[in-house]
Amino acid sequence: MSNIESHTIAYVRDTMIPEQDPPITETGAIKWLRENLFSGWFNTILTLLSLAIIWWSVAAIGPWLWNMVWNAGSLRECRELLDGAQGACFAVINDRWHQLLFGFYPSSLYWRPTLALILLFVALAPILFPDLPRKMLWFSAVYPFLTYHLLWGGSVWLPIVALLGFVAGYVAWRLVTRISPLAAVFAAVIVPVLWWIVVAAPLDRFLFSGLPWGLEFVRSDRFGGFLISLVIGITGIAISLPLGILLALGRQSDMVFLKSVCVIFIEFIRGVPLITLLFTASLLLNYFLPPGTSFDLILRVIIMVTLFAAAYMAEVIRGGLAALPRGQYEAADALGLDYWKAQRLIIMPQALKISIPGIVNTFIGLFKDTTLVVFIGLLDPIGLSNAIRASTDWQGIYWELFIFIGVLFFVFCFGISRYSMYLERRLKTDHK
Amino acid sequence: MTEMQIDHGIERKIDTSQMKVTDEVAIQITEMNKWYGSFHVLRDIDMTVNRGERIVVCGPSGSGKSTLIRCINRLEEHQAGQIIVDGTELTSDLKNIDKVRSEVGMVFQHFNLFPHLTILENCTLAPIWVRKTPKREADEIAMHFLEKVKIPEQALKYPGQLSGGQQQRVAIARSLCMKPRIMLFDEPTSALDPEMIKEVLDTMIALAEEGMTMICVTHEMGFAQAVANRVIFMDQGQIVEQNTPSEFFNNPKSDRTKLFLSQILGH
Repeated sequence: MSNIESHTIAYVRDTMIPEQDPPITETGAIKWLRENLFSGWFNTILTLLSLAIIWWSVAAIGPWLWNMVWNAGSLRECRELLDGAQGACFAVINDRWHQLLFGFYPSSLYWRPTLALILLFVALAPILFPDLPRKMLWFSAVYPFLTYHLLWGGSVWLPIVALLGFVAGYVAWRLVTRISPLAAVFAAVIVPVLWWIVVAAPLDRFLFSGLPWGLEFVRSDRFGGFLISLVIGITGIAISLPLGILLALGRQSDMVFLKSVCVIFIEFIRGVPLITLLFTASLLLNYFLPPGTSFDLILRVIIMVTLFAAAYMAEVIRGGLAALPRGQYEAADALGLDYWKAQRLIIMPQALKISIPGIVNTFIGLFKDTTLVVFIGLLDPIGLSNAIRASTDWQGIYWELFIFIGVLFFVFCFGISRYSMYLERRLKTDHK
Repeated sequence: MTEMQIDHGIERKIDTSQMKVTDEVAIQITEMNKWYGSFHVLRDIDMTVNRGERIVVCGPSGSGKSTLIRCINRLEEHQAGQIIVDGTELTSDLKNIDKVRSEVGMVFQHFNLFPHLTILENCTLAPIWVRKTPKREADEIAMHFLEKVKIPEQALKYPGQLSGGQQQRVAIARSLCMKPRIMLFDEPTSALDPEMIKEVLDTMIALAEEGMTMICVTHEMGFAQAVANRVIFMDQGQIVEQNTPSEFFNNPKSDRTKLFLSQILGH
């Protein structure tokens, strides 16, 4: 007790209070529990309810997972091994994993898609992580053509001739850009397209007749399983982003014709379900093409899925563009940057950064939508799970297949999502 | 008229030895008109700026002063009349526009720095991509001008980490890195806290002392008195009065000018 008189305000402390531990209820696990789980009667009820739900779920699924069987030739064998107990029969994955991953791709050639997947990560690395040497981007540029040859095989000249189309486009752009930048853009589009339509096929045949090099050809209908999901998904992702950027810019353009083409395209594609586009790709497109042209089904599906995603992408990016203050455009203009340089150096880096969550959303959506191809007869993992169930050995098996397919998709989608969060952190420069 | 109140005290002696107005024409504007839709923003603007002139444009808000200087680097398009900058006429020809823009620097009210680039990158971007200056050289130029605006130590920070006054000085340095022959200032101090206005005005005065041709839209009358060789007063899209600063402030001719001056200097 202090002896301070009520009428004086002077006070001198003579003994210092030593540091003491906080009360037991304010530290460690108890504090955490109190604050996070039992901070009131309502939250306490919610906590207990959640615990009950978790308990019921674990009690229901736990034994089933615990008793899983990995080695059996058929569902009947599985049941005999389990002897009446509940248990997951993952033996089906053990038995058919190669089909779920590769479809009917020749098993002696599994190394080709596997190598393509490994190289995919090598090609993506310099794009995803800017600290890596920039020279690696050259491999990323060649990768699509290399992978085409790895997966399909056939004439080695076809991807090379196709690659030359881009070179032709670049040369055209360089030549015309001195005359008019706008005409150069058109030249850079038209010249490669003409190259692919007119020159590519004969040149490929000519070169192949002279030098018949290349890997063994694999027909598209041998493709299936997760391979097909990845081929469609990754091609779609890679092409829909640049296409979406161009569509978004076109929609903002002052040129009336260009603008209306972009608006009509975006609104049409967004107004139509993906499944109708896929049916169009598989059934109707052949009627419109000249008779005799065989136009690969996977390629048709890739085109449709890409266009579909690009329309969504365009709107996501338009949102990012709209969020940029006008001053950014004006500052870029005032410094003398031309349209494309301003877009590339000032506008897009900021607009894309704002749009990252939306872009990733579209990517993940596209990747999962690839399972819709089952309806047009392509054997993606879902299609194959139906096929596996149709065999006498595995009739009646559901969960194990879908869990496996779900995990495969989850790994990729979760990876994309984590990367996007890393990217958002890395690009955060506004210090808000 | 009572004695002028000089805002934000420009105390230092201004070195006028380099401030020479030459006979060479830098900007020639003749009978320029501009409309926003049916609204006639700029009416029959005639204006000649000689190299080395320091012009302050003032006037009430909505008088078209910002629009006028934004026409000079074609951030706004004029519909009638002629604007010739450094011998290049501004038409819809993109080549001419880019040429003029690379010769004319502009500083904005809201700085408009690029938030995703560092201060140094903000300054080197245009020299590297427009002038094709090698990166090392562009870095040197940028550091030179950042020293001039007295913030070289901030070079590796991002704009969001700087104060308003510092950001505006970076914006000035960014323009200077293109070695412009003319500088336009669009209300450079209007968005700043009072204590930061002085540092930006000091930078602008230093620029004037080196003989830069400048057109400033500003309400800093102290700056106008100290540095400008001509003040232009605009109202309703027209040039109402122009004169030397001392005549303009001490002996305004038109009633509109008198009213304006009494409003901004009165209290």
